[in-house]
Amino acid sequence: MTTQLPNRLQPFYENIAFERDDNTMILNFGPQHPSAHGQMNLILELDGELITKSRPNIGFLHRGVEKMAENMIYNEFLPTTDRIDYINSTSNNYGFALAVETLLGIEAPRRAQAIRLALLELSRICSHLLFLSTHALDVGAMSMMLYPFREREYALDLFEEYCGARLTHNSIRIGGVPLDFTPEWIKQCEAFLDHMPKQIEIYDALLKENRIWRMRLENIGVISRELAMSWGLSGVMLRGSGVAWDIRKERPYELYKEVDFEVPITDVGDCYGRYRLYIEEMWQSIKLIRQALKIYEDSPPELMANAPEYISAPKEQLMTQNYSLMQHFALITQGMRPPKGEVYVATESPKGELGFYIVSDGEPYPRRVKVRGPSFFHCGLLEDLLIGHQVADAVTIIGNANVIFGEIDR
Amino acid sequence: MFRPYTPKGDVQKKPYHTDRFYVPKEIAQEPITDEIVKDDLEKLERAIGDTKSFFMRNEAIVYVPAPKNKEALALLRSLGYEQLMELSAIDYLATRGELEVFYELLSAVKNRRLRLKVVIKEKEAIESVADMWRSANWSERECYDMFGVIFNNHPRLSRILMPDDWNGHPLLRSYPLQGDEFARWYEVDKIYGKEFREKIGEENRDPARVDRNDTRNFARLGYEVGVGEAPKDEITPIKYVEKRSIVLYDDFDPQKQKVLDKRK
Repeated sequence: MTTQLPNRLQPFYENIAFERDDNTMILNFGPQHPSAHGQMNLILELDGELITKSRPNIGFLHRGVEKMAENMIYNEFLPTTDRIDYINSTSNNYGFALAVETLLGIEAPRRAQAIRLALLELSRICSHLLFLSTHALDVGAMSMMLYPFREREYALDLFEEYCGARLTHNSIRIGGVPLDFTPEWIKQCEAFLDHMPKQIEIYDALLKENRIWRMRLENIGVISRELAMSWGLSGVMLRGSGVAWDIRKERPYELYKEVDFEVPITDVGDCYGRYRLYIEEMWQSIKLIRQALKIYEDSPPELMANAPEYISAPKEQLMTQNYSLMQHFALITQGMRPPKGEVYVATESPKGELGFYIVSDGEPYPRRVKVRGPSFFHCGLLEDLLIGHQVADAVTIIGNANVIFGEIDR
Repeated sequence: MFRPYTPKGDVQKKPYHTDRFYVPKEIAQEPITDEIVKDDLEKLERAIGDTKSFFMRNEAIVYVPAPKNKEALALLRSLGYEQLMELSAIDYLATRGELEVFYELLSAVKNRRLRLKVVIKEKEAIESVADMWRSANWSERECYDMFGVIFNNHPRLSRILMPDDWNGHPLLRSYPLQGDEFARWYEVDKIYGKEFREKIGEENRDPARVDRNDTRNFARLGYEVGVGEAPKDEITPIKYVEKRSIVLYDDFDPQKQKVLDKRK
């Protein structure tokens, strides 16, 4: 191949080679491909239909969320976390709020924890439902796309009922939650929980024994335990490879210490196994929300932690006590000043370990916020995982990895 | 009279008011009480030497000398810390002239987390651990992209989040939030060329800005002109149709329709 000098009229694409001596061919899979999640430029080297080399480029969405976090006070940044993994905002809000609470050394009241638990699991169901329908659509099960989206709407209705927003909820605050459940909300939620099991059975009936589905997923994208550990995988991707690791279970935070649930694991490591795990996790989430509602019923009514140095007093106090009001002004205009130090708090988001690493030097602006999104590593894994598969399997594997690009390049 | 000098090494946002006598609280660095972690860190101290370790909010943090990062990580990996969950840096260049690189390790077997940190000077390179963990391959690329930390012996140390021809490392505290001079002209230069800078203008990064001359985004409501015509000053009065008591609604009149000569 002759050397090209790139200029504006004759651009030089390093990944396009027109004349090659061997039988390989370079294929640009995405960003236009519908299952490339909008912006992934996956460059594949093919030998016939067989993938011999894969190089995912994650595009330039990069919104600089971490940079924004360092230029915002802690409470300002909370709504921004919604946009990191935009299909389950609550988990991100929670991860950041919990990290800041750990930094401050405070704990949310019990009722707030119960509300958070219910919202988190509801958000997990939302995320899994979206995963299920889009993954099925990618693989070709078109009617399957409709059913989970229907139930997801019901779950989003619940969020709307609770906090007014459907997708970017911002439903959790540092130190607690802003709103209480209403009796109507709980009734609606219970109705949803009664409705869900039948629906999950319908999804399963469509897919579980479906011959085409199994042929497309079984023994595809097998991740060995070593590869999973080496790529720092987490969540379903790790549990699909036989590693019994769920942060909710192994290093429980807040109410996860008290509630009773199981963590489904499979050691097959293929796409079908992981699909089964997603279904099983939804069953567990339903169980968890029911328990959260029970804990909620027996909890005292406080919603925000009592830490006057960092968190504004409740409205009643603001309206009656001058000093609370002054402190509130200072906290709103200048922001709280957490102690010097650093924390890394990992929570189990629907996709895996969502970690917030916060370094504070005692100022209202954090010195460093590093968001550890699971999708970043799940996308990196494609470098190794796709090799040896057929081109058609690439779609299955990418869909099954459940990556969200907002989280990959933050 | 001199203008007061403001250091440019750190252009991140600062609090506009700090109490004169404000002394920030500190999270205590506690001695390590956990037996398993303590045991591991003693082994590390014996093998590497010159380590400093403590607990902070129940998380173990250990500092090792920068040249021995790979050795230390290899040892910890053999001790059961099999997963490298995260790797990045913290910028202290403006105050101490240093960067801190941290490695967040997880041992699923022991159910422990450990954070290993190394302190490097500006432009000091450290050894890559991409051959030990596949995840480090991407993490190190990200760290290089965002902070400019060079990792020796990395298989392909290239940018990952930013374009290859990007100038500067965006997460450094000396890099402005809205981007620097290069960032403002990046797309104009790349797509049209530098000679078009004056014609197109620099990139607008203010989401709240309303361009009054923008006729396409409803900004000049009432001042609309046709495509390519010069903007005018007199306002076109807006008539509201009150027929059937629906505002902004008119019945379709085929006599009034106009077919454009060509699509604009």
